[in-house]
Amino acid sequence: MPRNVKSLNGAGFSVSVLVSVGRHPLTARARRADHDARAVEMALSLNDASVQLIHAGDNDTASEEALRGYLGMGVSGVKRIEQASNADVVPALTNILRFAAPQLVLTGTRAETGEGSGLVPYLLAESLGWTVVSGLAEIESIEQGVATVLQALPRGKRRRLQVRLPAIATVDSSAPAARQSAFGPARRGELTDCAYASVIDELQTQWHIQPARKRPKRLKIVKSASARDRFKAAAAKADSGGGQLLSDVTPEQGAEAIFTLLKEEGVLR
Amino acid sequence: MDGKCSAQGWVYSALAEVCRRGPAAKATRDEVSTMLNTLLPILIFTALALAAIGAVRRMRLWRQGRPSPVNLLKGLAAMPRRYLVDLHHVVGRDKMISNTHVATAGGFVAAAVLMILVHGLGIANPLLGGLLLLASTSMFVGSLFVARRRLNPPARLSKGPWMRLPKSLMAFSLGVFLVTLPTVGLLPDGLLEGSGSWLLALVLAGVVAWGLGEMFFGMTWGGPMKHAFAGALHLAFHRRAERFSTKKGGGGRSTGLKALNLNDEAAPLGVEKPADFTWNQLLGFDACVQCGRCEAVCPAFAAGQPLNPKKLIQDMVVGMAGGSDAGYAGSPHPSQGIGGKPVGEHAGSPHGPIVALEGKTLVDADTLWSCTTCRACVEECPMMIEHVDAIVDMRRHLTLERGKTPNKGAEVLDNLIATDNPGGFDPGSRLNWAADLNLPLMADIKQVDVLLWLGDGAFDMRNQRTLRALIKVLRAAEVDFAVLGAEERDSGDVARRLGDEATFQSLAKRNIATLAQYRFLQIVTCDPHSFHVLGNEYGELGGHYEVRHHSTFIAELYDAGRLTFAPWKGGRVTYHDPCYLGRYNGEYEAPRNVLKALGIEVKEMERSGSRSRCCGGGGGAPITDIPGKQRIPDMRMNDIKESGAELVAVGCPQCAAMLEGVVDASAEVRDIAELAADALVERPAGDASGGSRRPAATTMTAEEVIV
Repeated sequence: MPRNVKSLNGAGFSVSVLVSVGRHPLTARARRADHDARAVEMALSLNDASVQLIHAGDNDTASEEALRGYLGMGVSGVKRIEQASNADVVPALTNILRFAAPQLVLTGTRAETGEGSGLVPYLLAESLGWTVVSGLAEIESIEQGVATVLQALPRGKRRRLQVRLPAIATVDSSAPAARQSAFGPARRGELTDCAYASVIDELQTQWHIQPARKRPKRLKIVKSASARDRFKAAAAKADSGGGQLLSDVTPEQGAEAIFTLLKEEGVLR
Repeated sequence: MDGKCSAQGWVYSALAEVCRRGPAAKATRDEVSTMLNTLLPILIFTALALAAIGAVRRMRLWRQGRPSPVNLLKGLAAMPRRYLVDLHHVVGRDKMISNTHVATAGGFVAAAVLMILVHGLGIANPLLGGLLLLASTSMFVGSLFVARRRLNPPARLSKGPWMRLPKSLMAFSLGVFLVTLPTVGLLPDGLLEGSGSWLLALVLAGVVAWGLGEMFFGMTWGGPMKHAFAGALHLAFHRRAERFSTKKGGGGRSTGLKALNLNDEAAPLGVEKPADFTWNQLLGFDACVQCGRCEAVCPAFAAGQPLNPKKLIQDMVVGMAGGSDAGYAGSPHPSQGIGGKPVGEHAGSPHGPIVALEGKTLVDADTLWSCTTCRACVEECPMMIEHVDAIVDMRRHLTLERGKTPNKGAEVLDNLIATDNPGGFDPGSRLNWAADLNLPLMADIKQVDVLLWLGDGAFDMRNQRTLRALIKVLRAAEVDFAVLGAEERDSGDVARRLGDEATFQSLAKRNIATLAQYRFLQIVTCDPHSFHVLGNEYGELGGHYEVRHHSTFIAELYDAGRLTFAPWKGGRVTYHDPCYLGRYNGEYEAPRNVLKALGIEVKEMERSGSRSRCCGGGGGAPITDIPGKQRIPDMRMNDIKESGAELVAVGCPQCAAMLEGVVDASAEVRDIAELAADALVERPAGDASGGSRRPAATTMTAEEVIV
C-alpha cells in the first residue's frame, strides 16, 4: 500500500528506521527482528520517501547477517554504530538522529534481545523533544508536516491520530508483514560504520539476569452443560472490567487518576 | 522471419532474370536442360549462401548468452550418435512419427548432399542421380505422412508456418526428383518438347526454389526447419553432456540442478533477461520443434494453470531474438476464466527483463511458479530441451534478486533459514514422533551400515506413520541403522526449487559437514526428494553418498531373504511413480518388485513409469499455489480411479499428502513401507541363518547395536 507523502517545501521526506538484531524464538538464531522489519516495510511503502536504516549495537558476524536481512528488503545501506554489548544505545541514537534530522523515525515496539523493555523510543523522544506514537498500524498521509496515522488498539480497533512531525513511532505486529528479504540486495547492501563512544549502562551492569521460568497456567474451569457456552468461554477474550475512560481532563487530573490506579494495583506503595 | 519473404522474392526475381536470358522462342529439349543446368546451381548456391548468412546471424543470437564450458569438437563428434541413438530413443516412443522422421529427414539430408553434388557442382553421374532419386522418393513418402498428420492435427501441434511444412517438404522432394530425371536419362520422350516445355522447366525451377527456400534458407532464418539446424548443434553442445549414452553404455541420466557460484559476486543470481542464459541454453530453446509433447504431459497445463512448456520455450526464443509473441501459433499459456492468455500482448528483448516488475514483458511470474519440476516435459522432449533448468534459473532471479517468491514461499524460506525445516518447527522436535522407538542416533554410535534419512516428513503426522512402518521393516530385517535425529536438516530441495540457491547451499553444506562426522555405507530415505538431492545434487558441493530409496532397499532385503511377507488379501492396487524417484532417478522397478513380493499384482495406470503424471507436490508448487481450473492431485486420483484400483501405493511423502488431500477419493493411499510392514511375517527362529538368506555384502555390525 504505497502512501502518497507530500512533504514540507517539496523537499524529500526522510524517514529513519531504527533496526535491531532479532532472535528467533525457537532456535535463537540472529535474524531481522519482526517488529523492526515491519517498521522498515512501513517506511518502504511510503512513496518518494528517503529511507535510512540505523542500528546501534554489537558488531559481530551473526549480527551482520541479521542486518543484511533488512538490506535484502531493498534498502541500499544501514548505518551501524558500534556499541559495547552493555552500552546504553540511547545517547548514540540521539546523537545520530539529531544529526540526520529525519522527519519521522520508525522502530519496532521492543527489541527481541537484550533488555527488550521497549523504552528506547520513549527515551529518544524525551531527549530529542519529539512526539512519540506507539503501535502504528498504518500511515495514511503526511501533509504539511502533519502525519495522519492509524494506531492499533487491542482487539483490532484502530484510532486515527494526527501527529506533528518530527515524531518517533513504534510498530508492532498489527502493521503489515515485512516483505521477503532477497539474497542479492542483502549481499550488495552496504553497512556503513559510524563511531560513537559507548556509554555503559551502569544500572544494567548491576542486574542479575537469568532465564525466565515457565510458570504454570491457571486452567479455566468452565462449568456449563451446553456446547455453546463452552465455546463462548473458550473463545472469550479477557474482559477489561473496571476501567474508566477519561477524556477532556487536564494533565493533572489524568496524572492523579493514573497515580490512584497504580496505588490500587499495588504497583506504587 | 521477416527477411524471408523478401529473400524469397529475390530468389524468384533471379529466376525470372535467368528465364529472360533464356530463349523466348520455342525451346528444345536441350535448351530446357541447359536452362535447368544453369538455373539449378544458381538456385542452390544462392540458397546455401543465404543459409550461411542466416546461420551466422542465428549464432550471434545464441552468443548473446553467457559462456558455458563445452568441448566443441568432442560435442560435434558425439552429435551423430546423440541424434541417432538418444534422440531417436525419445522420438521412437511414437513409432509412426519416428518412421516418418527417418524417411523425411534421412531422405532430405541425403537428397541435399547429392543435389549439391549433382545439380550444384554438375557431377551428372547416373549412380549419384539414382541415389538422389531414391533419397527424394524417401523424403516424399515421409512428407506424405507429415501431411497426413497435419490433416487433422492434435491440439498440441503448432499451426501457422508449421502447416505449410509438409507442402514445402513435398515441393523439395518432388522438385528434386523431377529435375534429376534427365540426369539418369529417365525422361519420357517428348515431355520437354513443344512450346510448353520451358514453362514446365520454369515451374520445376520454381518448385525447387520453394523447396530450397524452406529447407535451406528457412532453416537458418527462423522457419520451421530451424529445428534441424539448431537441434543438431544443440545436441552437440548440450550443457548436460552426461545425459547422452556413450558407446561404453551408461549415461543417460542427468537430473540434478546446476549450482550457482555464490562466491562470484559479479555473476548474475539466476536469469533476469534472456541474455543471462548460457549460450547453449539459448541454442536449446531455438531447437524446439513445437511438437507439443511437453504440453501434452505437463500437469500444470492440464490443470489449467498458466504454464505451457512449449509456449514458454517459444517465449524464450522471442526474447532471444527480440519482438512479441504474436507469431506464435500453438496453444497459449492457460488462463483462469478464459481459454488462454491472449497471444501478442507479451514482448521482450535479449537484454530486457523476462518477468516485468510491473505490467507485462515476456513471461508472467505465475507461469514460472506453476511448474512442479516433475520433468515430464524434459523426459518427453525429442529435442532434449531442459525446461526445468530454465524455469529454476528464472525463479532464482525472482527469489534471490527480487524477493518475490509468491504466496507462502517467503514464509517457507524464512523458516528454512531460521529453523532448518519448511514448517518452522523446533528442530529439536524432529524425533518426537519416535519417542517410544529408541532410535539409535549417529551421534552416539558414529558408525553404522544404514543411515536412515528421515526428511521433513518427520514433522508430518501422515508421514510419521510411514516412518514408523519403515522402521518396523528395518528392524524385522535386522538392519544396522541409525538416524541423525536433531542434527538432520531439510535437504534443501524446496529451497532450491523455489529458486533460493543461497539457502539450499547453506543447508547442503551444513548437512554435508554433519554427514562427514560419521561413517555409514549408505543412506536410505523414504523421501525421493531427499534421495535426489542427497544423491544427485550434493556431489557438486562435495558430498558423495550412496543413497537408496526405501523401496529399493526393501526390495534388496527381500531378495536377500531377510523379509517374509504374508500374501496380499486386499483389493486391486495401482502404483503411482513419484517424479523424483522415477524420472529423476530411473527407479521404476524396485517399488513394483516390492509390491510383487507382497503378492500384489499392480494394475498400471495409463500414465505410469516414465510417463507418470505428477501428484502436484513437487517444486514447491503446493507452496506457491498458483490457481488453475482444477487441482493436479484430483486429476491423478482420477487416473487411479480409471485403473480400477481401490488402493494406490506411493513412495513419497509429498505424493501421499497430495493424493490424501483429494476429496471423495476413490482409492486409499498407502506408502510401500506401510504395505510391507502390515504384511510382515515373523521369520521362524531356525530360518534366521539358513534358507535363501545370503550374507549381506555389508559388514554386519547389527549385533553390536542393541535397539
